[in-house]
Amino acid sequence: MSHVFVVYTDDEPGVLNRVTSLFRRRGFNIHSLTVGPTEHSGVSRMTIVVETDELGAKLAHAHLEKLFNVQRVEQLSRFPSIVRDLVLLRVKADPDIRPQIMQLATAFRAAVVDIAADSLILECTGSAGKIDALLDVMRPYGILEIGRTGAVAMARGAGFYGVQSSYTASESITPQR
Amino acid sequence: MELSGAQIIWECLIREGADTVFGYPGGTVINLYDALLDYPAIHHVLARHEQGACHMADGYSRASGRTGVVIATSGPGAMNLVTGLANAMLDSIPMVAITGQVRSNLLGTDAFQEIDVTGVTLPITKHNYLVQRPEDIAPAIREAFAVARTGRPGPVLVDITTDAQKARTRFNWEAGVPQRHLRHIPKEPAEASLEQACKLITHAKRPVILAGHGVRLSGAETELIALAEKLNIPVITTLLGISDLPASHPLNMGMLGMHGESWTNKAVQESDLIIAMGMRFDDRVTGDLKTFAPHAKKIHVDVDQSEIDKNVKVDVPIVADLRAVLTALLPRLETMEHADWLSQIRSTKGEAQAEAILSHEGLIQAPQVIHEIWKATEGKALMVTDVGQHQMWEAQYYKHEVGLITSGGLGTMGFGLPAAIGAKMGRPDREVWIVAGDGGFQMNIQELMTIIQEGLKVNIAVVNNGYLGMVRQWQELFYDKRYASTPILSPDFVKVAAAYGIAGETVSRYEDLAPAIQRARAASGSYLVEFRVEPELSVFPMVPAGASLHDMLRRPARAKSAAKKKGAQR
Ligand SMILES: Cc1ncc(C[n+]2csc(CCOP(=O)(O)OP(=O)(O)O)c2C)c(N)n1
Ligand SMILES: [Mg+2]
Repeated sequence: MSHVFVVYTDDEPGVLNRVTSLFRRRGFNIHSLTVGPTEHSGVSRMTIVVETDELGAKLAHAHLEKLFNVQRVEQLSRFPSIVRDLVLLRVKADPDIRPQIMQLATAFRAAVVDIAADSLILECTGSAGKIDALLDVMRPYGILEIGRTGAVAMARGAGFYGVQSSYTASESITPQR
Repeated sequence: MELSGAQIIWECLIREGADTVFGYPGGTVINLYDALLDYPAIHHVLARHEQGACHMADGYSRASGRTGVVIATSGPGAMNLVTGLANAMLDSIPMVAITGQVRSNLLGTDAFQEIDVTGVTLPITKHNYLVQRPEDIAPAIREAFAVARTGRPGPVLVDITTDAQKARTRFNWEAGVPQRHLRHIPKEPAEASLEQACKLITHAKRPVILAGHGVRLSGAETELIALAEKLNIPVITTLLGISDLPASHPLNMGMLGMHGESWTNKAVQESDLIIAMGMRFDDRVTGDLKTFAPHAKKIHVDVDQSEIDKNVKVDVPIVADLRAVLTALLPRLETMEHADWLSQIRSTKGEAQAEAILSHEGLIQAPQVIHEIWKATEGKALMVTDVGQHQMWEAQYYKHEVGLITSGGLGTMGFGLPAAIGAKMGRPDREVWIVAGDGGFQMNIQELMTIIQEGLKVNIAVVNNGYLGMVRQWQELFYDKRYASTPILSPDFVKVAAAYGIAGETVSRYEDLAPAIQRARAASGSYLVEFRVEPELSVFPMVPAGASLHDMLRRPARAKSAAKKKGAQR
């Protein structure tokens, strides 16, 4: 099962290495990992999708919290949340079938961001499922290149306010029995 | 106040209370050592190998409860710390390692003696730092000490470039007050978990406390004993938990695990409640997890959340400082008796005394060596061991009234001698014994010279069985006696010691054991006794790796005379 973690860390050299090294040596399989700045300078935010079972997720969470540079961990798979992927997709598109592809792209609310003589680039944001569907639809036309970000996630509703969240991570790892 | 980075390092160490440090100089710490001459408040112990220095800092920390400090130069020096750091990491020992690094403008160029030390030590330190500016030194060192001591302790490494050591800057101690470690300060024990724990404890008929290293690390020995006494619950310890309470305490049943006693392993398997305190259900402790304590509910108290449910699924986890938990539990629980349960365990409890088990004829048997040291020191010496059979025999036959210092998690041969040096420096008031095997003693034998240079009195017992005994034992039991590369030759240890300036003698007859031990204790300086022992003795009981905790290979019956003695066979 996929588990989505949002991890706030110190923005320092080597932190990404510490996080990935942790997953590697504990035998976790990272499905995707994205990292970027936050509303606070000095704080980075990672979204990590890990394939593991419930116990694995609990341990991954606890191991993450032990990393000195980790400020907070949210396990979004436990809460209603928004998970988005972005894909850039180069599709083979000779002029005669170009309109057909563009029409399909509209259905996925994908934007055409570049047109070349015999191909075009689509940009699409959405859940992993939606993007997989878009890829399925485009495959018959000939996909030349895929660039995909991996998930960025955020919890829905009140209570989560980024770096300043009053929510403390450990609440979510109290075993539920 | 303008100081060089090197001076700032010493200023910080002094303020952190590190008056004794262990290390070895080299090109990238030459500034640091140069500045050392102006800081007579610091006693620097020159080891003969950085691994030795690292284990010394480790032993120093275990003996004194303070944070050990080790210093090494870049590249080869830092690489020699690796084993020692890993050892400290797995046994949760608070240590700060300071390494020199090449000039910052050479970083990443494979410069002379450049190694990515923070990269190499990433998984074997609690945290590490690469410092390239003198103004960053004080905050990094202060934070390093805070991190090493906060929550579950561990080693922290600070890698400092030569230019940062050389450059001058304003030294501002106050500005570097660590903050970030506060994220990792243990939380108060959760009320709900305490209540659940009390409920389980109140209803248990056959409870056991499994006490680990965490008891010592949180300074909870007194509280542990108070709780055990109030509830009359037997205490069973891990190898590193041996120091938690005196062996003579009536509730101390001894050690469990692969070489634990039959009655402790059996008690664990029959228990209906395990209260695990500062221990982590290591595979050497639990045996096969599927059959481990099948009837027991489990309460697990640990400061490290990531230990909860890692190996053994528990019913009530309490993630907090152990001492705080024990303090909170004590007033909530009523006095209990558990008379039947205690007498059931005690009736199966034997004496595991070498005298009762082993023949006095023929060659000395290693347990007898341990037994005689125990008798002579009345269990009150600070014992340090190396790794192997002698280590397990020490744990079984020395009845520790005070501490035991041993490499648990990593099982590092070569740990013992340097750790004993560190331990003696951390507790000069204590009689310190190091028990080592003929194999492991040769791994850091060079540190004999450090003993002389420091003028220390350490009693050295080398248990010479002519084998890498613990591996030989496995070969005997599980590999058809195919002794591949386990017979090991040794030098004349007494002559070696003499060459270093240490007196000693060899003992090979039972009747010479006690007098030799007395001569060692009475000698004004360090003294080495080489005990030539029965080569092919094995450590029992033994739970073969992966077997159930109750599936023990028991001590074989003593050949002739023992059969007559009641209770000799277990
Ligand atoms: C550095 C290191 N290398 C190898 C081992 C594997 N090992 C564990 S015990 C042992 C034998 C130790 O022999 P010795 O020091 O003579 O002690 P004995 O078991 O004979 O008492 C070995 C090789 C180890 N634990 N550490
Ligand atoms: Mg040996």
